[in-house]
Amino acid sequence: MTFVAFQGAVELGFIYALLALGSFVSYRVLNIADMTVDGSFTTGAALSAVCAIAGLPALGLPAAIVGGAAAGAVTALMQTKLKVQPILAGIITMTALYSINLKILGTANLSLFQIDNIFTHFGAARVALIVLIVLASAAALGLFFHTRTGLSVRATGDNEEMVRTSSINTDFTKTVGLCISNALAGLSGALLAQYQSFANINMGTGMVIIALASLIIGEAIFGRRCVPLSILAVLVGSIIYRIIMALVLSSDTDPSDLKLISAIIVAAAVSYPALREKWDYWGRRRGAKRDAQSGNNSNREQGDQEKRGGEHS
Amino acid sequence: MASILRLEHVSKSFHRGTANERAALQDIQLHLPPGEFLTVIGGNGAGKSTLLNAVSGIFPVDQGSIRLGGEDITFLKEYRRSRHIGRLFQDPLKGTAPNMTIAENLLLAYLRGTGRGFSLGLSKRDEAFFKEQLAQLGLGLEDRLKSKMGLLSGGQRQAVTLLMATIVTPRLLMLDEHTAALDPATGEKVLQLTQELIKKSRITTIMVTHNISSALSVGTRTIMMDEGRIILDLSGREREEMTVEKLLELFREKRSKQLDNDRMLLN
Repeated sequence: MTFVAFQGAVELGFIYALLALGSFVSYRVLNIADMTVDGSFTTGAALSAVCAIAGLPALGLPAAIVGGAAAGAVTALMQTKLKVQPILAGIITMTALYSINLKILGTANLSLFQIDNIFTHFGAARVALIVLIVLASAAALGLFFHTRTGLSVRATGDNEEMVRTSSINTDFTKTVGLCISNALAGLSGALLAQYQSFANINMGTGMVIIALASLIIGEAIFGRRCVPLSILAVLVGSIIYRIIMALVLSSDTDPSDLKLISAIIVAAAVSYPALREKWDYWGRRRGAKRDAQSGNNSNREQGDQEKRGGEHS
Repeated sequence: MASILRLEHVSKSFHRGTANERAALQDIQLHLPPGEFLTVIGGNGAGKSTLLNAVSGIFPVDQGSIRLGGEDITFLKEYRRSRHIGRLFQDPLKGTAPNMTIAENLLLAYLRGTGRGFSLGLSKRDEAFFKEQLAQLGLGLEDRLKSKMGLLSGGQRQAVTLLMATIVTPRLLMLDEHTAALDPATGEKVLQLTQELIKKSRITTIMVTHNISSALSVGTRTIMMDEGRIILDLSGREREEMTVEKLLELFREKRSKQLDNDRMLLN
């Protein structure tokens, strides 16, 4: 891999880290598999692209945050007030967003070629700008989870019943969590659109899996001990994921296999605990069989000894 | 004296309008004066837990009204009622968040009712206060504020849940067989802690139990429920003189009278 490719992978890793942080909030903290991000990521990108074309590239970032949060709020409303199953609620919003995103973009593929973006005046220092934005977001998220509201959001994913008995509205905490999660996804899409100078209606497809893969890679290294460490894990996981992807791309692998590879990584990582348990069980069963075959004689001896012992006393 | 809790003609049935309709609470009248410690006994399906769930707002009641501390809470949502109601369940895992620390769990309970806002969580003052509260339990947990809740045993978790339910003195404390899942020695210890905390802050309490002898020895008043009704209400001298055997006898008597009535209806 060339240095340029490596630098590109790190930059992309930081941009996608925001998306992975969003998944951390929904999947790990709230314990909800939220599919909305596939749509809200594109919404962020679309808003950012449109703002850049209008000559206000910096406005694209807050617009994407608001757009993403709104998408999260819709999903949360369906989950909490209308009792739609969490996964279905996300899929419904994601589907609806496809049409909305097309309306924002006006076309399936919007090029920002030769249009000023937030990175234009930074030149080689663009990586610094990306890192700054991502680290600031990560720090804000970490701080939020130590506020009182953040604490109740965390508790909601951990034990919802206990949260209600502590007089906290779990509908509210879930909504807050999903808004933050999708705002981060939107911001991630917004940065990506301006970074790669185009926005595409399908750029959000499979983002849930990519985010989870990054999250899981990071947790494999750092574990899940506390919130600050988990956030660091997500950042590192996202960068590693991008480096792996760059390596795959620079080899002879067909780039269209990337999603398959991501899916396998996530499936393997999520099922790891269950597979591990099965493996241990088989191991013990095999061991027990072996003992039963080879140990028949010794068992008999032991039995004799016990009998003799009984006679003595 | 004004009642802390007033249930007036409260009824609730499940699966209404179907063949499985079951009247879980039938025209319940219950008044608790401040400081009353009520124990509730009755067989399975008698409506004990339904009574507690109706008061905590897990479901709306079909008829009647519920007032707590003079405030009508009949149509108030569960989380809003929780502001003034402390609750403990049979399952010791239900009352605490396992992946958060002891201090964080206590903080959540401590913030009950006050605005949560965005100020940063745990101050040094809170920490000192929690240590002092935990020390009361006598379980050595005061040195483990930063431990994850999930690492504690069932008894320890139930004791912490008890502390969480009472750390802001509630208007009403409801205990749903909260020692039933613990081993006898631990259960005894938790029950003792419960009595101490209730006595200290003079908390009005309802305790559901399957243990008739502790229902009679603990608290100030005992009711027996059957088929969604209160069939026996004991307090004062009558309660002091009551024994487990006499109570069971009374239960059988009331039960058979009920059955006779049903038979007459059917004939």
